[in-house]
Amino acid sequence: MMQFSENWLRTFVNPPLDSAALAHLLTMAGLEVEETRPVAPSFTGVIVAQIIETEKHPNADKLKLCKVDAGAGELLQIVCGAPNAAVGMKVPCAKAGAKLPGDFAIKAAKLRGVESFGMLCSARELGLSDDHAGLLPLPENAPVGADIRAYLDLDDTCFEIKLTPNRADCLSLTGVAREVAALTGAPFTPAPLTLIPPVTGVRRAIALDAPEACPRYCGRIIGGVNARAQTPGWMKDRLQRSGIRAIHALVDITNYVMLELGQPLHVFDNTRLSGAIHVRLPHPGETLLLLNGQIVEPAPDTLLIADETRALALAGIMGGEESGVSLETTEVFLESAFFAPEAVAGKARACGFASDASHRFERGVDFQLQRPAIERATQLILDICGGMPGPVEEARSDENLPRRDEVRLRPARARQVLGIDLDDDAMRDLLERVHLKVRDLAVELRVTPPAFRFDIDIEEDLIEEIARLHGYDNIPAPVPQAGLSMLAASESSRTDWDVRHLLAGRGFQEVVNFAFVEEAWERDFRGNANPIRLANPIASQMSVMRSSLIPGLIANLASNRKRQQNRVRLFETGRCFLRRETPGGKNSAAPGFDQPRRLAALAAGPVLPEQWGETARPVDFHDLKGDLETLFAPRPLGFEPLAAPALHPGRAAAVLLDGRRIGVIGEIHPRWVQYYELGSAPVVFEVDLDAALAASRPESGEISRMPAVLRDLALVVPVTVSAERTLNALREAAPEIVREIDLFDVYQGQGIEPGHKSLAFRIFMQDTLRTLEDAEVDETISGLLRHIEHAVGGRLRT
Amino acid sequence: MDNLDQLINEARAAFAAASDGAALEQAKARFLGKSGLVTEQLKALGRLAPGEKRERGAAVNRAKAAIEAALDARRERLREAALDAQLAAERLDVTLPGRGPAPGGLHPVSRTLERIERLFHSIGFAVADGPEIETDWHNFTALNVPPNHPARSMQDTFFLEGRDDILLRTHTSPVQIRAMLAHAERYRAHDVMPDLRIIAPGRVYRVDSDATHSPMFHQVEGLWVGERVSFADLKGVVADFLRRFFETEALQIRFRPSFFPFTEPSAEIDAAFMSGALEGRWLEVAGCGMVHPNVLRAGGMDAERYTGFAFGFGPDRLTMLRYGVGDLRLFFEGDLRFLGQFR
Repeated sequence: MMQFSENWLRTFVNPPLDSAALAHLLTMAGLEVEETRPVAPSFTGVIVAQIIETEKHPNADKLKLCKVDAGAGELLQIVCGAPNAAVGMKVPCAKAGAKLPGDFAIKAAKLRGVESFGMLCSARELGLSDDHAGLLPLPENAPVGADIRAYLDLDDTCFEIKLTPNRADCLSLTGVAREVAALTGAPFTPAPLTLIPPVTGVRRAIALDAPEACPRYCGRIIGGVNARAQTPGWMKDRLQRSGIRAIHALVDITNYVMLELGQPLHVFDNTRLSGAIHVRLPHPGETLLLLNGQIVEPAPDTLLIADETRALALAGIMGGEESGVSLETTEVFLESAFFAPEAVAGKARACGFASDASHRFERGVDFQLQRPAIERATQLILDICGGMPGPVEEARSDENLPRRDEVRLRPARARQVLGIDLDDDAMRDLLERVHLKVRDLAVELRVTPPAFRFDIDIEEDLIEEIARLHGYDNIPAPVPQAGLSMLAASESSRTDWDVRHLLAGRGFQEVVNFAFVEEAWERDFRGNANPIRLANPIASQMSVMRSSLIPGLIANLASNRKRQQNRVRLFETGRCFLRRETPGGKNSAAPGFDQPRRLAALAAGPVLPEQWGETARPVDFHDLKGDLETLFAPRPLGFEPLAAPALHPGRAAAVLLDGRRIGVIGEIHPRWVQYYELGSAPVVFEVDLDAALAASRPESGEISRMPAVLRDLALVVPVTVSAERTLNALREAAPEIVREIDLFDVYQGQGIEPGHKSLAFRIFMQDTLRTLEDAEVDETISGLLRHIEHAVGGRLRT
Repeated sequence: MDNLDQLINEARAAFAAASDGAALEQAKARFLGKSGLVTEQLKALGRLAPGEKRERGAAVNRAKAAIEAALDARRERLREAALDAQLAAERLDVTLPGRGPAPGGLHPVSRTLERIERLFHSIGFAVADGPEIETDWHNFTALNVPPNHPARSMQDTFFLEGRDDILLRTHTSPVQIRAMLAHAERYRAHDVMPDLRIIAPGRVYRVDSDATHSPMFHQVEGLWVGERVSFADLKGVVADFLRRFFETEALQIRFRPSFFPFTEPSAEIDAAFMSGALEGRWLEVAGCGMVHPNVLRAGGMDAERYTGFAFGFGPDRLTMLRYGVGDLRLFFEGDLRFLGQFR
């Protein structure tokens, strides 16, 4: 993020564009302007005035009569209630005819019987801040009669740019101005720079103990400074409009130079330093009290600024409390250094904060800027605080300074990658506009980036630069050309959309739940004492990865019940997360974690929505089982009883496909129905999505033209014998003419002996070649009955 | 002769007077029964002389036929009347509601994802998928984001407890790496590798939660790698997609230079509607760019021979724009009153 005042920017480059056009230009060049906001709301007719006399209002205790010099020759009488109104004070005055923010018109009026010809204003009344404690005091030298907007430079706009990490060169007014100049062709006027000759010989030696992390360090002692000097208004305004609070002159100046040039600086109180400056790595156990009050023990790879006795500052991140400047300071040691991005990157974050300096250093600061910046800061210190500068002491390790190697650009490659038709000369011109040095070798260009660019190492970096400067808008957007080859449309699988639409068609609403859940859900519903935990969950109820979709659906049910939703049908597809080894390989997922895609559904409430002509009945296990079987049809599923912590022990089953377990189905355990206040017991299933997606190509068989024979068979079997077992027994014994056996009735109660139930089957018999004879049919049925008696102890119901 | 005509008239009158089947059968017996009036006439023929008998017989038979015809006609009338009465009694209130289960529906974001997949499928993009618990290598390093790179702080990452190398993927971009590695492997022995075109929708995770950020949200990654894929192609595909997705030509689209470590040049895509509530406002809808050569190499591709583009759309945001949803959090709350609107 980079914030600045537009008027300040225009002192460096002033293209003929209004604020909106300038913002658009920057945005479209990759410096995204997030916000532009006027420094002051619109108002007119407010001028600088001086209070010449005050007297008490005859009719009101809290009001004063002020005689005010507004530069018009004769004094104006204005009634004022501000407690700080005093003779001699200069204040903003809205004369009769003025319009204040909010279209508030000022007129001459009688206040408690006394004439008043205007209004003296607080900062809030002008929309400049929230301060309404009293009148806005203006400096003593403010010119009486001047328009306040001009005097305070209020016709200005704050720009806020969201800078991408590659454009550290634009973290300064100079950088943004350079860019604007390149984009518009308007001339660029750099900040004034004069070399300040030393007037004393005082110097402090500098040792680069870690030259790869700090290859350049400039320092200068300035004695006799007045730290109490007032920061000039223009500097305060520019700092404030750039989002930096004014503190005191010395600190304000370093911040100002950082904003102006992009070089973070630091000022030490020179009297608190002893011996040479060492730029070094920490000693074991060394600690440092920072300016923000935090005590840190820097990690071994954190660069420090130290003197001969102690650590003074975290290099490029933050200064130390004990060596910092204060209003008592009279002698400063000014630091202007280059720290390598790798040496600073991540260090501030590791300490839990970010600073303007670390933000710049970790992205890259111009490594040739240290001398100019220290001279500029010296000049401002002398101008504002006075003082006597010593010589600039520079320690440098040339071999460790960043290199700027030539980067090759093949214009033909650039044209191909971008899909544009731009000739070599035009490319060269674009690159030179942003201060890249270009050598033309006919077949290719060789380009050297300037010291302030840290984002140009390879050909693609230059191609990007060309695209950006040429303008993304000027790149065509044709319909792409490609070979026409068809994508597969396999019948061996369905898409998950097929499955979702099938469930939606059967009345289920899809939901999307978070993949991180409450730890209690894993324990209660899954019996999972060792869930996959997050190191940094956003909240405790989102702290572990789900191993099942079912708890989420139950939570959805509970919340919908609270919203009076009585009948609920839900499903979700998504990944679940299990601690389990999966096959390895370079392209495999994180080892030790299985992440199958699952499909789960929940049904609760009446089987049908409330309607006329149907008797209401709660949904049960077999309703949902029907949905599940439809989902997999025509592939038959197997079901066998199952014990699972979430489910009713007598109403739960494992779901099998081709003998392999692919999921579960069951009624939620009454314990959880009560605990989570679910009302009636919901039924749920959860299956592997991949199993549900498998499909096969149908094959046509012969359709018989011969008449079919149907026989119904009611069998009485012990209640412990499952329907599936009985059906399997019938199938085992059925000769080929039996085409289909359907269970169509189940009965238990009066007429059936206790401990038994009646299962009624319809037997469908047919031959492909001939009509069946009665005797054959009878023999088949008796054969089935004999086998049933033998296999499951069943007999014909009489 | 007169008595036959009179007989016919009497029969017609008697049949007409019969108001139901039973009465009609009684009337029939009176004329055509064993001792009915017509039968009596036929019996009486035997007493006549042969010449007279023939003539009189023909006349009686004509009269009998006429009476039978009258009987049939009356029978038909009564049957129709009975059917009419039955139909009138069976009348339904056709305005009563139909019976049966209520419809369900897809999640609104699914609806969007399905449309996105379908649109891209129509120009040859296949669907790819990847794990959500990812390795640091797939999520960052292979995507040209080395450790300590400032770009890592752009995406606040959930890590698994006790692991600094295993995380929840912060974007769908790791699917690029997986898809490229698989594609490069499949065509390793070939002289020419066919273009790789994939779309990868899925859930991603970042440490962020407010009205416009959810710690879990959706992304759709797109990737096209081939021998002559250009930035202009990227613009063409994305512009085409957005106009098809929003079903309007009245959509302004702009590409704005930006930065992602995994693409170069990189762009943010903004769209602005030319009518409606959001008219004229630029809305960020995607990030995109040409695949960075380091990423191509991590995916096993020859970065000199192949170029490619990648893009990442936020389908949650597209869904909000398309259906006028005001709060992202609604997508993840499972509220049937909200979700039921998207059937």
